[in-house]
Amino acid sequence: MYWQEDKECMKRDELEQLQLERLQSTLYRVGTHVPFYRKKFNEMALDYESFASLEDIQQLPFTVKQDLRDSYPYGLFAVPLREVVRLHSSSGTTGQATVVGYTKNDIKNWSDLVARVLCGAGLTADDVIQIAFGYGLFTGGFGLHYGAERLGASVIPISAGNTKRQIQIMQDFKTTALVCTPSYALNIADVLFDMGVNPAGLSLKFGLFGAEPWSEAMRQEINQKLGIRATDNYGLSEVMGPGVAGECSECNGLHISEDHFLVEILDPDTLEPVKEGEVGELVITTLTKEAFPMIRYRTRDLTRFMPGDCPCGRTGKRMHRILGRTDDMLIIKGVNVFPTQIESVLFNIDGTKPHYRIIVERENHQDRATVMVEVQESLFSDRMSQQRELIDTIRKQLSSELGIGVAVKLVEEKTLERFEGKGKRVIDKRKL
Amino acid sequence: MLKIRNLASGYGKIKVLKNISMHVDPGEIVTIIGANGAGKTTLLSTIAGLVKATSGEVIFKETDILRCKAATIPGLGCVMVPEGRQVFATMSVEENMLLGGHPVQKQGRAVINELLEYQYELFPILRDRKNQLAGTLSGGEQQMLAIGRALMAKPSLVMMDEPSTGLAPLIVKEIFQIIVRLRDEGNTVLLVEQNAKAALGIADRGYVLETGKIIVQGPAEDLLENKDVQRAYLGREK
Repeated sequence: MYWQEDKECMKRDELEQLQLERLQSTLYRVGTHVPFYRKKFNEMALDYESFASLEDIQQLPFTVKQDLRDSYPYGLFAVPLREVVRLHSSSGTTGQATVVGYTKNDIKNWSDLVARVLCGAGLTADDVIQIAFGYGLFTGGFGLHYGAERLGASVIPISAGNTKRQIQIMQDFKTTALVCTPSYALNIADVLFDMGVNPAGLSLKFGLFGAEPWSEAMRQEINQKLGIRATDNYGLSEVMGPGVAGECSECNGLHISEDHFLVEILDPDTLEPVKEGEVGELVITTLTKEAFPMIRYRTRDLTRFMPGDCPCGRTGKRMHRILGRTDDMLIIKGVNVFPTQIESVLFNIDGTKPHYRIIVERENHQDRATVMVEVQESLFSDRMSQQRELIDTIRKQLSSELGIGVAVKLVEEKTLERFEGKGKRVIDKRKL
Repeated sequence: MLKIRNLASGYGKIKVLKNISMHVDPGEIVTIIGANGAGKTTLLSTIAGLVKATSGEVIFKETDILRCKAATIPGLGCVMVPEGRQVFATMSVEENMLLGGHPVQKQGRAVINELLEYQYELFPILRDRKNQLAGTLSGGEQQMLAIGRALMAKPSLVMMDEPSTGLAPLIVKEIFQIIVRLRDEGNTVLLVEQNAKAALGIADRGYVLETGKIIVQGPAEDLLENKDVQRAYLGREK
């Protein structure tokens, strides 16, 4: 099922023609309306008016988060404020917040792109969608909200938090689709269990999760606990918000809306394109944004393009679920470690609960990583040997996955803090 | 249907078009809007082969027509309705029509008659005046003749240059209704217009040309909402 079939299933050559047309007019607009880009283009002596092919994008300058901060609040807007109908602020996962704006057309496109993601996941106008993303400056809540309304679904704008009430409403309103972060979905699943609610008695069928990296193992866990089909979707406020890419019901990678976004995957060190299928940093250029166009925005998110065509018939490139962020990559004892790697290992071991923390410390110039993981209560009342065995198993599997040794500590159920929005699972105590 | 990449053209040292990329899909009305001197007519004339391109490509149904002589392009199915009608004033309406049918002449009289019949059905006023000299027609009638004459070539793409120029608002409305009807019957139209509001009102997509460059493009309904377009071409300042 498609939302905009003519765009989602475009032939490659037609898509590339459209991308070129849109890129050229985007460049004219930012070159004349955004002083930041005009200055950059001038400094580089870049003749953006004779930009002739999509490959030429490699000559364009990058935009990074710091540029957005330096331009706070409105420095990167390409239209006067009177044409802006909505302002959002980045969720500020890391550092100072930034401001982004939308014209009427931007909101319309955004709604359609989110509707594509919802439709791709299998939702229709008949669904009842509970949006448990925080509403407000964060783009997640309103982004999904407008897309769901565009789809024609019934929207419950419940926002994040008050988990018991979420479950009450889920039962009473017969929610069919849950929208939130994957960590909150797990949190809801646990509370559901504690309340003694049988998920099979709910109307819930779909889960659309995003706004933070998660693993395939976590998906399986959520699917099983909530009895749903969870799909991943991707977006970031700097380029628009949710709706940049989303999984279809095949669950084999996120379809990128390439008619609105030109995507590259680059080696974060050399900034050259990675070889086909290799992991690198996602870099996005907006092709239709009026208020807040972005040229080669470095997302800091790591992913790779997926090979082959998807059976669903959509023709846009697919990207792998986000593998981590260049800035949440931990370097422990000189080895690159991503929290999602640790998560995958933990989720596949019996007896552990899907709640964990990673603590990194430095003692006598030596890095030391400790993974704290919740385990079933019964383990604590039982024999010590069983605990030791579990610790051993986790340690061995982690060290073979990561290539470094880490300490493992078991903690009782519900001792680690739960998340309603984006999870913060890494505590880095090193003073570098 | 039509795919243009990085087209540049002009007159001698004067460069008018810079790096134009655009496309027209079958069955669409695509409009090019822009102020006087933006390069709209130059763009159509370059596609039609009347002005020589300096670089880029214009692919019409798999053929790069920049390499074709202007006279052969209508035969490929790409015809132009020129600005200011340009009907042959001293010839009759029907003679004008038959001249337009030149590219399909080889297909025989029956085909020509069928095409004539179609045009007369589309523009009944032309049937009434078929023996009258074209120069004696009103502006609106001349515009209809110019369109009918172009359609006689059984084109797959009709390019129209400012069909509303110098016509009374009521006549403009009628001409635009005919353009919509042409699209609904499966024709493809590339419409250049100064009357941006009317053009965007009937078009599927549009391109905004400013000093030889396309500054915005998109669905017609989006362009109507675009404040730059409103300010510059729709005479509306909100």
